[in-house]
Amino acid sequence: MKLGTPKEVYSGEARVALTPESALQLQKLGYTCLIEKGAGSAAGFSDAAYEAAGVEVVKTAAALWKAADIIAKVRPPSETELKRLTKDKTLISFFNPAGNDEGMELARSKGATVIAMEMVPRISRAQKMDALSSMANIAGYRAVIEAGNNFGRFFTGQVTAAGKVPPAKVLIVGAGVAGLAAIGTSTSLGAITYAFDVRPEVAEQVESMGAEFVYLDFEEDQQDGAATGGYASVQSDEFREAQLAKFRELAPEMDIVITTALIPNREAPELWTKDMVEAMKPGSVIVDLAAEKGGNCKLTVADEKIVTDNGVTIIGYTDFPSRMAAQSSSLYATNIRHMMTDLTPEKDGQVHHDMEDDVIRGATVTHEGEITFPPPPPKVQAIAAQKKPEVKELTPEEKKAQEVAAFKAQTKQQFTLLGVGGALMLLVGLIAPASFMQHFIVFVLAIFVGFQVIWGVAHSLHTPLMAITNAISSIIIVGALMQIGSGSFLVILLAALSVFMAGINIFGGFLVTRRMLAMFQKS
Amino acid sequence: MEFGFTTAAYVVAAVLFILSLGGLSNQESAKRAVWYGIVGMALAVFATLVGPGSGLWLLSLLLIAGGGLIGQYVAQRVQMTEMPQLVAAMHSLVGLAAVFVGFNAHFEIGNVAEVFAVADAAKDVDLSDLGAFAKLIAKKTSAELAILHVELFLGIFIGAITFTGSVVAYGKLAGKVTSAATKLPGGHALNAAAASLSLICLIWYTSTGGLLPLILMTLAALFIGYHLIMGIGGADMPVVVSMLNSYSGWAAAAIGFSLGNDLLIVVGALVGSSGAILSYIMCKAMNRHFVSVILGGFGGPQGEQMAVEGEQIAIEADGVAAALNEADSIVIIPGYGMAVAQAQQSVSELVRKLRAKGKEVRFAIHPVAGRLPGHMNVLLAEAKVPYDIVLEMDEINDDFPDTDVAIVIGSNDIVNPAAQEDPNSPIAGMPVLECWKAKQVFVSKRGQGTGYSGIENPLFFKENTRMFYGDAKQSLDKLLPMID
Repeated sequence: MKLGTPKEVYSGEARVALTPESALQLQKLGYTCLIEKGAGSAAGFSDAAYEAAGVEVVKTAAALWKAADIIAKVRPPSETELKRLTKDKTLISFFNPAGNDEGMELARSKGATVIAMEMVPRISRAQKMDALSSMANIAGYRAVIEAGNNFGRFFTGQVTAAGKVPPAKVLIVGAGVAGLAAIGTSTSLGAITYAFDVRPEVAEQVESMGAEFVYLDFEEDQQDGAATGGYASVQSDEFREAQLAKFRELAPEMDIVITTALIPNREAPELWTKDMVEAMKPGSVIVDLAAEKGGNCKLTVADEKIVTDNGVTIIGYTDFPSRMAAQSSSLYATNIRHMMTDLTPEKDGQVHHDMEDDVIRGATVTHEGEITFPPPPPKVQAIAAQKKPEVKELTPEEKKAQEVAAFKAQTKQQFTLLGVGGALMLLVGLIAPASFMQHFIVFVLAIFVGFQVIWGVAHSLHTPLMAITNAISSIIIVGALMQIGSGSFLVILLAALSVFMAGINIFGGFLVTRRMLAMFQKS
Repeated sequence: MEFGFTTAAYVVAAVLFILSLGGLSNQESAKRAVWYGIVGMALAVFATLVGPGSGLWLLSLLLIAGGGLIGQYVAQRVQMTEMPQLVAAMHSLVGLAAVFVGFNAHFEIGNVAEVFAVADAAKDVDLSDLGAFAKLIAKKTSAELAILHVELFLGIFIGAITFTGSVVAYGKLAGKVTSAATKLPGGHALNAAAASLSLICLIWYTSTGGLLPLILMTLAALFIGYHLIMGIGGADMPVVVSMLNSYSGWAAAAIGFSLGNDLLIVVGALVGSSGAILSYIMCKAMNRHFVSVILGGFGGPQGEQMAVEGEQIAIEADGVAAALNEADSIVIIPGYGMAVAQAQQSVSELVRKLRAKGKEVRFAIHPVAGRLPGHMNVLLAEAKVPYDIVLEMDEINDDFPDTDVAIVIGSNDIVNPAAQEDPNSPIAGMPVLECWKAKQVFVSKRGQGTGYSGIENPLFFKENTRMFYGDAKQSLDKLLPMID
């Protein structure tokens, strides 16, 4: 089958859903790849590079849509594009199914299959095709870079001959994928980074990235964020108040604020109010990653950078991934490629659309003339295991008491063992003749010596130990040698056989042990 | 020569044997310790030959020399991967020799009784044409004779079990008999019947001293040895082989009692306790009871097992090579699969290349990896892997979180996290190598099958695990040229 990628029609979009690298991998799956002329140029991939990777360059969008069986793109398709779909075509792109009823209806009426990349369920197995996460990661990084670009000072603190520079203080609200990426970038630039999230369980992740988690003075049972697919959910009013109070307290100190709070299918919650913006120092920067959904700050203007009266810059760009098109294209193309791998289990270049598969089912919004959105909840839940009850730390006294008790139990056990063993021994001694007891003492002592010696043998030498004990146990030859002098023919025969076999064992055992030990070399 | 000289020689030999086992505590002293064993054995044989009562010198020496030639030939030819078979085969010889010597003791008792009967008639006991052992018997009282009967009975019993058991173990390890656990209909009831038959024979034998109960018992014991080991699966072989090792020692000790020979008793006890300790260590490493291993098979799960979720993600050689080129610390976990694929040379070559690049490469050996205690160590030593980078489980388990790459080659149950995470797993509580704590894990494995215990391994489904499918040796050979 043919997989094609047209040039993005959305104005300003620089990303492309197919890169020369991903094309090579897709060809391994058995697909022929097509690309529209100039589709990759904004992301830095020339037509020549595609051709070198075996991709056929098609002159016009119309021709490409006609030729390709599978169309992979980035932005939700326009009406014109949707009209080009036919019954046997599959479209893979962002689709925004929750707010795109007309688009879905149009695709349904055409009978095409549409896979919406934002609908890939958030389970471990699907991480490799989770385009929202890979784009959010880029957005988080770019948000810090944009902030730094508009911030008039250093991130890191320095003491120079020309004076002391304090480090910048950065607050990141929302520690999802974008938030964590922003934290990582900010701390590695040297800023003092604070982070807040309504899900207290991410505190550990935040701290592992080197930021300080902002705790609220608030007691409430928090829902595990993973239960809602890794997203934050709507909070109670009391909680919101406590949160805003904390932000008000922090606002005057912060140089850069990056807000990333989004709730699925809702307007972005207002977290950074007008009075907080007014409380900030002139020259401070706010980057609102939620601008597309109305913004976490109400002063944000989507797709624009504004400066408030008190000199605070508010950045409301919504195209951060597109601003790093080379990087985001290669990640997105990899996401697409993984989706195709799952769709092509036989690696034969044929799409096998398995609606039983959680990931494929979840991402499919129209299929065989029907709208399949919203999907049923996935069978596999990604909720982290409940924390195990912690083992109680013992106090030194308790530990000591335990040790004493263990020692006493051991003493008791040894005494019982010795007592029983001794009694048995005496009993045997009463019945058995003296000549037997002499041998018996030797036997018991030998076992004792054996136990003491063998415990000291290195684990790595267990095979040589077996070989050498094998050789030594051929000592039975001594018994056979004592009998071989007997007058009876049968006895001589059996004894002779025993001597012969023991002879094999003695030589074989010792020689193979020597051979093995000689191999053990120190480096 | 005088009797005193023989005894003195025996004392020296016994001390040398103890030193030779004690010397195995480390690799360097072990090389000296073998010589103690060889000298001790030579001394014991020499003292017996020159001692009282032995005859047919020439024949004895010829037989020893003949056996020695075969032993030497085998020792030089054997492949290190075949060590388990060799050890099992040698156990069977000791067992059979013990049976023969035991029967001889029985015949000698008969001979002595005959002489006494003749002597009674002639009123003159003439022992001059009997062997040394017969002279010893002649001096015994009736109570001592009864004990002698029990002793040689036990010697033959244990020897016979060791013989057939080792032959079956040899067959399984050499792949000549199916290594799956198979039982005759009736299962352990058959073993119990054979054991009780032996017990009846013991009572019969001590009261009559006839040959028939002895033969019956020998047949029963031969059957027990065969059937018991047939019912034990391949990966439990470390326990079986060390158990048979132990038995061959106890058989020698029992024969020593019946012959009144202290050297046999001492050596038998040493070997017996050595094998017993090895079996104990192996059982502990599998967190299983000795009895449950001997009775064969894994116990069923004690409840709902945790479902394994996720998928096994395959990787090609170039991916593994890229990770290895970047890694600083690498731990390799070999298992029986490495021995089967004869991959130890390729592993060694890989280690040499990685170490030449200044990376820290170590091996983690689980006590029950392979088919013989210490099997992996010997294989790696043969492939010239220095022993100081080959570590035991306890030494290395804490280091996994700081390890960049862990490579699992042909092992399964010993790296199964279910042992720690799932209390209902059949292997719950078994100490395992915690390789999943490493940053990345590669598993070289032939296919998607389960291990010996037949349970799913969640390690293969972990996010940091990649499956490197294919024959271990071929996979590694593909990998080698990509390490630069």
